[in-house]
Amino acid sequence: MIEKSENIASLEEQFNQRIANGETIEPNDWMPEKYRKQLVRLISQHAHSEIIGMLPEGNWITRAPSLRRKLALLAKVQDEAGHGHYLYSSAETLGTSREEMFDQLHEGKAKYSSIFNYPTLSWADMGMIGWLVDGAAIINQTTMAKCSYGPYSRALIRICKEENFHKKQGMEIIATLIASGEKGKAMVQESFTRFWWPTLMMFGPHDSNSPNSADMMKWKIKLKSNDELRQRFIDMTVDQALAWELRIPDDKLKFNETTRSWETGEIDWEEFNAVINGSGPCNHERLEARRNAHDNGKWVRDAARAFEEKQRLKNKSAA
Amino acid sequence: MSESKNDQLDLWEVFIQESDNSPHQHAGSIRAADAETAIQNARDVFARRGKTKNMWVVKSEHIIATKPEDIPSFFDQASDKVYRHPQFYKHTLDDELWKKP
Repeated sequence: MIEKSENIASLEEQFNQRIANGETIEPNDWMPEKYRKQLVRLISQHAHSEIIGMLPEGNWITRAPSLRRKLALLAKVQDEAGHGHYLYSSAETLGTSREEMFDQLHEGKAKYSSIFNYPTLSWADMGMIGWLVDGAAIINQTTMAKCSYGPYSRALIRICKEENFHKKQGMEIIATLIASGEKGKAMVQESFTRFWWPTLMMFGPHDSNSPNSADMMKWKIKLKSNDELRQRFIDMTVDQALAWELRIPDDKLKFNETTRSWETGEIDWEEFNAVINGSGPCNHERLEARRNAHDNGKWVRDAARAFEEKQRLKNKSAA
Repeated sequence: MSESKNDQLDLWEVFIQESDNSPHQHAGSIRAADAETAIQNARDVFARRGKTKNMWVVKSEHIIATKPEDIPSFFDQASDKVYRHPQFYKHTLDDELWKKP
């Protein structure tokens, strides 16, 4: 027993050394159980977010204001499905099956990005998701693309390339609405007011309340702290909002001349905790839609298997 | 609600050749029950934009890979076989070796 734990200690030391050298960890390499567990948690949450993230936008596909907007929105939602797939695949390389991850999601045990538990009430929300939500996601994902686990890093590089189109199509929707006159601008303002705080919550709790951060930083499965990434997003987005002459729903917002950074008021963490733990405005609806999609898709999976069997028998009898 | 534990279709690896005379590179993996659907799914997932000249799909179970513990011995650089490298050969045209007796 003692020998065994010494062996693990030395493996762990070698592993930490590899990470410190900037090496990439691949699926069959030895890794500490906790590294594996944290990665599965992180990647599956990200995958769930992509899949659940299709729902608030799917809501507007049939009501897009023009064919051009509809095509773009369809392409974007299709991308999210692809992203979910890349991510589930990379989590699977760690030995957790897709069924297990689906089950956890469908049973309400898994977390996903809190932002998708908010409703999309107007067409301006489609612009807001592209501009704010995808903008925030890009900041997170471009940082994480340099993480130590190869399959996750490669999936993120692919995702980031596609995500830029998402943000730009969102900003185009906003710019078009604002240019259309007072009514369009009011729509944008109303949507921005609803989305501003929930978007800031996307970066997660303050560093002081983020229990797993230290290990994850050491193992390079977290490269920047939640607050650091959130600040980068705030500085970028406040300037854009001001350029569009939008009112930011934060009385305490002020520019710090010394740090050259925007300082915001406090995030409503009670709201964040409620939404992440199942009591947001749309949690129930999202999970039900997801479960229905899975159950209603069963015949497609069955048909795919039946087709394969038929082809196989046909080839056999021909041979 | 949830189905049997093995509800997923087979796993396939996708390799894409982006342009003429470039090598096929691993793009990612997809799920499908048969080869024809596999190549269609691979196109839908990995070749929606950007250049694709050619694509391979292969069932993941057919891939034979080295193990991480093989690396030191299996890929030994054979540093004793210096004659495999052009730098090993030092002669020039002026060398005695080439001169006719």
